Amino acid sequence: MSAPAPAATVGAAFASGPSGTTSPGPAPRRPVRPRRDSVETTVRSRVLVTGVLVLTSVYFLMPLWWLLVAATKDAGYTFAGNPLWFSHFDLFGNIADLFAYKDGLYAVWLGNAALYSIVGAGVGTLIAASTGYAIAKYEFPGRRALLAVVLGAVLVPKVLFTLPLFLMFSQVGIVNTYLAVLLPSIVSPFGVYLARIFAASSVPDEVIEAARLDGANERRIFFGVSLRMMSPALVTIFLFQFVEIWNNFLLPSQVLIDEQLKPVTVGLVTWNALVQSGQIERHMVIIGAFVAVVPLVVAFLSLQRFWRSGLATGAVK
Amino acid sequence: MTISSIPTADPRHAQRRVPGAPAGAPVRADRRRPSRTARYALWFVAPFVVLFAGVYVAPICYAVYQSLFRIERDALGLTPPTEVLDPLFNYSAALQDSAFLASLGRVLLFGVVQVPVMLGFALALALLIDSASARGKGFFRLASFAPYAVPTVVSALMWSFLYSPTNSPLNQLLEPTGITVDFLGTQLTLWSVANVVTWGWTGYNMIIIYAALQGIPGEVLEAAKLDGASPWRIAWNVKVPLVRPAILLTAVFSIIGSAQLYNEPFVLSSSTGTIGPQYTPLMAAQSSITAANYPYAAAQSVILAVGVAALSVVFFRLTSRRSS
Repeated sequence: MSAPAPAATVGAAFASGPSGTTSPGPAPRRPVRPRRDSVETTVRSRVLVTGVLVLTSVYFLMPLWWLLVAATKDAGYTFAGNPLWFSHFDLFGNIADLFAYKDGLYAVWLGNAALYSIVGAGVGTLIAASTGYAIAKYEFPGRRALLAVVLGAVLVPKVLFTLPLFLMFSQVGIVNTYLAVLLPSIVSPFGVYLARIFAASSVPDEVIEAARLDGANERRIFFGVSLRMMSPALVTIFLFQFVEIWNNFLLPSQVLIDEQLKPVTVGLVTWNALVQSGQIERHMVIIGAFVAVVPLVVAFLSLQRFWRSGLATGAVK
Repeated sequence: MTISSIPTADPRHAQRRVPGAPAGAPVRADRRRPSRTARYALWFVAPFVVLFAGVYVAPICYAVYQSLFRIERDALGLTPPTEVLDPLFNYSAALQDSAFLASLGRVLLFGVVQVPVMLGFALALALLIDSASARGKGFFRLASFAPYAVPTVVSALMWSFLYSPTNSPLNQLLEPTGITVDFLGTQLTLWSVANVVTWGWTGYNMIIIYAALQGIPGEVLEAAKLDGASPWRIAWNVKVPLVRPAILLTAVFSIIGSAQLYNEPFVLSSSTGTIGPQYTPLMAAQSSITAANYPYAAAQSVILAVGVAALSVVFFRLTSRRSS
């Protein structure tokens, strides 16, 4: 299951803290809302609401906690003892085993996933930015048609083009290469849609006009002025595209055959399919799954700070 | 697709006005100096247009084109199979293919149950976190959003271990109560898959709805409170109607996502026999590809896409009628 991320709203939700900072939309959407209402809540309702929220977060976090605990258990003890508490601790031994298996195949998969995600999201963000910027700031033939196509593409089920891509790529001879994953990953209609909104709200026409009067050409204005003004928004677009590429399974499993080119998601599923026949230990898949989540969590938490402050400062303008 | 009507950076086109602009309308483009800057604009959009045409438009056209052919193999398999133009062959075959029809029905049932449950859960969570009584909002927001950072494949793997028929940690925890749940048995499999999807996407949908809740002007809520409305009434009669567009957005994305159900059942299928190779339409199309019957796979994915488009249209109609 995959859905394009309405990152604008997602970003805004994280950016707007309880103090009521505004989102990066065209108008400040949330005029400082008096939050004095906390005084009026009863102890009973506070306990009830917070209690329900605690239960739901147990649902969301328990499986991840189990994965963490299981990944630290020594081989052979993965399912032994309390499933939610540590025993036979050997996390580092497990990680060493994981990276040693088949001459470090897992490290290759991680590297591939990083390559696809960083290059794909990086180039994709730049392309989305220039396209969204052009749609927002220029009149040109086909502008409306392009916008309609971008909006429509967000709603088309991905499967429709993922399945035929394999055949098309084999005809042009790029099946089973890095390009086969990178080319489709770069294109993000949703990124264009977001970039258009962000360009319209964060790059004032006057700034562009002033730069033109100073004699700067359009390319210089875009790279030197506009792109910089859009940069907080670009982090949001990058982050969401990064996650989408890292998490993608159908496309790479479709267009790649070579073990050495697979990203970590496809590799793990390959391993998992071998567990039943006893060709690999379940234990290895669990550690692999655990390690595959770590970079994402790190990327999420570290970029979130940048992204949050970026949105907050962007909103002050 | 309309994309073909977009000229590439060709100076001859750069002079033209926006097609479809009313003749008498003041030329807004004037201010933006169309003659010189439009040419730059085309350079800015060119990389996207080219790539989009290559990896979105072309494959769709190719799939539709390919679905019109029938593969002919001779009985002994001595000569390579040939493709014969027979436009309706694959479509009528797919619509009589009981395994494919069953997969469509299964995903429909899945969507009808899972989407409302997940969105109801997401809405309730968003309202609770938004409510004045909630403490530790930041933590709860992050906790429910955390599964979004987990690749669907990894979350499916994780749950497949939790569901494991032999040594499920969940059953281990349930042991004191004497209950044993057969998560991947015939009865429960579809709902176990639904749980994996719900776990992964509730927080994501919650964040979208929550962002909309945060956008409600404070005065509206103040006014409702002054009128003596209880927090429940405010939530149900003021907040929910105001965030309706956000809920509809999450609903459409969820419907499209359900139709493409693949990763979760595919991963779980290696732990249980109750998920066959044609469990969902996408898995069915995938197994046609494995069987080297590409035209049939193409027809199956076209049917799926048309079905999703039809469902989205029906959904939009129903919801817009109710609001008017």
